[in-house]
Amino acid sequence: MTKTPEQKEIGTTGHSWDGIEELNNPLPRWWVWILYATIVWGIGYTIAYPAWPMISGATPGLLGYSTRANVAADIAAVEAANAELMDQLATVDLASLPENESLHSFAINGGAAVFRANCSQCHGSGAAGVQASGYPSLLDDDWLWGGTIDEIAYTVTNGIRNEQSPDARWTQMPAFGEMLSGEEIGQLVAHVQAISGQDHDATLAAAGAPLFLDNCSACHGEAGEGNRDMGAPRLTDAIWLYGGDADTLTETITNARFGVMPAWSEEWRSAGGLSAAEVNAVAAYVHQLGGGE
Amino acid sequence: MSLLDRHTILEKNATLLLAGSFVVVTIGGLVEIAPLFYLENVIEEVEGVRPYSPLELTGREIYIREGCYVCHSQMIRPMRDEVERYGHYSLAAESMYDHPFQWGSKRTGPDLARVGGRYSDAWHVQHLTDPQSVVPESVMPPYGFLATRLIEPTYVADLMETHAMVGVPYTEEMIAEARADFTVQVDPFGDWDALVERYPGAQVRDFDGAPGISEMDALIAYLQMLGTLVDFSTFVPDASR
Repeated sequence: MTKTPEQKEIGTTGHSWDGIEELNNPLPRWWVWILYATIVWGIGYTIAYPAWPMISGATPGLLGYSTRANVAADIAAVEAANAELMDQLATVDLASLPENESLHSFAINGGAAVFRANCSQCHGSGAAGVQASGYPSLLDDDWLWGGTIDEIAYTVTNGIRNEQSPDARWTQMPAFGEMLSGEEIGQLVAHVQAISGQDHDATLAAAGAPLFLDNCSACHGEAGEGNRDMGAPRLTDAIWLYGGDADTLTETITNARFGVMPAWSEEWRSAGGLSAAEVNAVAAYVHQLGGGE
Repeated sequence: MSLLDRHTILEKNATLLLAGSFVVVTIGGLVEIAPLFYLENVIEEVEGVRPYSPLELTGREIYIREGCYVCHSQMIRPMRDEVERYGHYSLAAESMYDHPFQWGSKRTGPDLARVGGRYSDAWHVQHLTDPQSVVPESVMPPYGFLATRLIEPTYVADLMETHAMVGVPYTEEMIAEARADFTVQVDPFGDWDALVERYPGAQVRDFDGAPGISEMDALIAYLQMLGTLVDFSTFVPDASR
């Protein structure tokens, strides 16, 4: 049976209202001890960790904790763990990379991370590209500059039509709006639609054929099969960089296109560039997306 | 009365309790806040950080007006995953001219502290106009209207004076030339030598690729300079932080 206050001999605060007295119960002991324990813990914490401000800096603490040192150590630890594979990847013969199963799988997974951080903004997180902006899809086997791992790695390293790398892939389509009349451009559009198997005006297309030979075939080939040395797209399939409808083709022929890709190698970038191993990794990743050669 | 019972003196005297509370809070405040104003390792000296150019400052106002900070942070924390994705962790000095700072606390979208130079201007125009066209999984609303709202530097000097009042070192010359600097930053054929001298590292070009100075120009000018001012190849981190 619970004892009454009188039995526990607890004093009162001395306050009394109409005979009702205010008891002066002490705090539970466990509560008091936890309070004292937190005070001791607090003192210990300020000794172990950076805490008290002094003249020019805070006390560093006995454990030497530092967020900056931690993140540097974290990154260094991961780099050390991957160092062997990354070294191999940086110097591997890319053509034979798929035969080296463990290194290839390391490259694909690492390359996927590199792709998501650096490439997906233009080429899309699924690598399907953005036709409205001329960012090519990397999922098909229609390559502008070549689809072997080596060629992809070269493109990633040096980019296309940029000022960063002297070895950037570089060709330029002329703006035919300055050389051909609107009528001639219309004929060329019809011819391109004809060779790509679209609905077209046969009369216009026939008139466009000689124009194509004179003006376009040097890069795009006599049959419009494209030329990877020139980065000239194949015009005979249904895959378009900017679009194959009459309006887009007219725009392309009249004003030309000048698609730029940055050089990603750290050699050509002041910050945020990719190491040789990372370039090879992302090339291996892109190569296995569907269209690799 | 034992020592442990002395607290009754405070508890039974309201004025004394108030005075005691004030003393405790004052000590806490002094220890936690005051050192931030003099400790050398808090105010880290970093080369390259400068006040915003008039156009960038205007872009920053648009960034705040549109509430970009609600979904985007500007604070790369010192953790491996963030450093590997976004770049070097943010330094206090990099937001020393931000009033108010844009660190944010929510990342529905990615961190923008080092977005400068990461994408082309054309990408930014495309992305702000129709975010899903370049990032299909994005939930960002379109901001295409920015491209059609042309702006005048009518109040930019006043804005800079206000920033100067709270400690941004805008000189009288900077404020006097604000309107000219604002206009010339989108004109690569203009006489922008003085602008770049006043604001080292300022990028000069027609940011949205369209005639006139639109809010799109200002916002992209701001985005393209974010996190680009410090040269990290010469930066040696002070470890005791």
